[in-house]
Amino acid sequence: MTDAPHTPPPAPGAKATAKPGRAASKRSRRERRAILRSMAAGTIVIGAALLGFFPVVKDWFRRLRPPGAIAERDFLAACIKCGQCVQVCPVQAIKLGDLDEGFGVGVPYVAARDQACDFSCDAVQCVLACPTGALTHEISLKEEVRMGLAVLTRPNKCLARLGKGIKGTARGTGFDGLLRYTEIDRWKPIPVRDHPYDLDLCDLCARQCPIEGAITVERLNVDLSDLRGSPVVFDKCTGCGVCEMICPVDPPAIEVVERLRWEDV
Amino acid sequence: MTMLRSIATMLGAGPAPRPEPDEYAPEAAAMYEVKSSLEGKKERVAKLKAERDEKRSHKWRNWRWFSIVVVNLLFVASFQLDIQLVEGALTASRVVGFHFADLNSSLQVMLAYKVILINLVIGTVTVFLLWWTLGGRTFCSWVCPYHLLAEFAETLHLRLAKAKLVTDLPLHRGTRTVLYVVFVVLALVTGYTVFEAVSPVGILSRALIYGPGLAMIWVGGLLLIEVFITRRAWCRYICPIGLTYGIVGVTSPVHVKYNIENCLHEGDCRKVCMVPHVLEVTKKGYSKTVDVGLGPDCTRCGLCIDVCPTESLKYEVRGLNKLL
Repeated sequence: MTDAPHTPPPAPGAKATAKPGRAASKRSRRERRAILRSMAAGTIVIGAALLGFFPVVKDWFRRLRPPGAIAERDFLAACIKCGQCVQVCPVQAIKLGDLDEGFGVGVPYVAARDQACDFSCDAVQCVLACPTGALTHEISLKEEVRMGLAVLTRPNKCLARLGKGIKGTARGTGFDGLLRYTEIDRWKPIPVRDHPYDLDLCDLCARQCPIEGAITVERLNVDLSDLRGSPVVFDKCTGCGVCEMICPVDPPAIEVVERLRWEDV
Repeated sequence: MTMLRSIATMLGAGPAPRPEPDEYAPEAAAMYEVKSSLEGKKERVAKLKAERDEKRSHKWRNWRWFSIVVVNLLFVASFQLDIQLVEGALTASRVVGFHFADLNSSLQVMLAYKVILINLVIGTVTVFLLWWTLGGRTFCSWVCPYHLLAEFAETLHLRLAKAKLVTDLPLHRGTRTVLYVVFVVLALVTGYTVFEAVSPVGILSRALIYGPGLAMIWVGGLLLIEVFITRRAWCRYICPIGLTYGIVGVTSPVHVKYNIENCLHEGDCRKVCMVPHVLEVTKKGYSKTVDVGLGPDCTRCGLCIDVCPTESLKYEVRGLNKLL
């Protein structure tokens, strides 16, 4: 029943000037309040969005980014947060950042210890899937990937260096990670827990590395009675994280340092 | 002029005022004349409303909810069941292999990254053409998952308001325009897609497809605000995505057309509408012409079409009559 015109006729006997004046001031008070509320709401939304700066500037999360990721700052800008890279990964190595990562919300990363990128896709499907070039299309081979560099961060824990072997599963029977064992199935990755080992000296990091010549376990002593060896990483390392995932000690002796380059060490 | 005015209204200006007596088209003036001379309007309104309520139709609302659910399920199923029809999320996707990019997400990326990739341009142009054809903010009410949740929150809000437990505290509609500019400047200056950190559309779409996380707390908070404080706060006053698609829809062929002839001006359409300023023309004497299209801020949701007791509001594809 809101027919125009809006203003009701003045009630009989009312002072002609008082009523519209009071109504007008009431309306302007209402409008002023709405504007104040709007300013508060705008501040909250912008403030909440700008909170996203913190985790980024403070470097709370040092994420291993998927193959082909451009420089971190550009990566956060270029990524459209759609997760198409997540969808094409055959081992589901790629996860998306949550709200606590600030501007990294919805941005992909690889938690290598849980599930490394094992190049089961045989190329770089995630790169091909990326619609914005946040994963740069300049690379097309797994050998060209540089996510980071494997580093023996806990040499004292390394089974090879201790002269120890590995019997049974690498990561226990509860571990869900997948890996493609080419000698078992050329195309299909299988759970790591379904592939037990029986080795006198652990060399899983080198044995399972999907890149040729990226890592070897070298003897520490020329004396053949001394089994001990040590993993050595070469410049072919792509930082895919398979060594970190497969390392049987917990926490792992070898880890990928994200975005570390061969030239930097 | 009318178009400029409707754009200004979308940006936050007040709706067009009641026209001067000499501004009416002769047919429209004649119809208003007839309406004023008719007796027993109250009874007629009551009768028509009773008839409507008896066989109350939620046709368009139901189709729309179906659309939102199906589109978002397509995203979910494409990943979870690996049927690969619509890969990605609402921010960017591949629809049977073709690049699609949400206009606002794409704008944020282009402004922040400052490098424009051909795939993104293709996706953006495709989506622009799609939503231009379909009506612009049609995206909001026919696809956006947050819109659906917000509709439930709105229903709750209206129930609580009816019981006098809450009062709607409206914001100024210009808020969205200011925020739009702020987020454009922030993306450009900081080099980050700042808005994406709080976009409930991206958050919700990803939560549906890849599983929910902490970010859903933000979405939940927004919904609580809409239930208890401000009716449809996000979609109505804040969302830059809505404004982007609103601009796309300015010249869109699909719109809701209002015809004054049988209208009783009782205002039910404005009560159900999320953007009632576009329905200001349905007030008696506010439309200069017999037929008038609603402004670009209209989400083409069809709630007004369902509620109108006189069928004065209808979907129309502009120019289709001439074509056929």
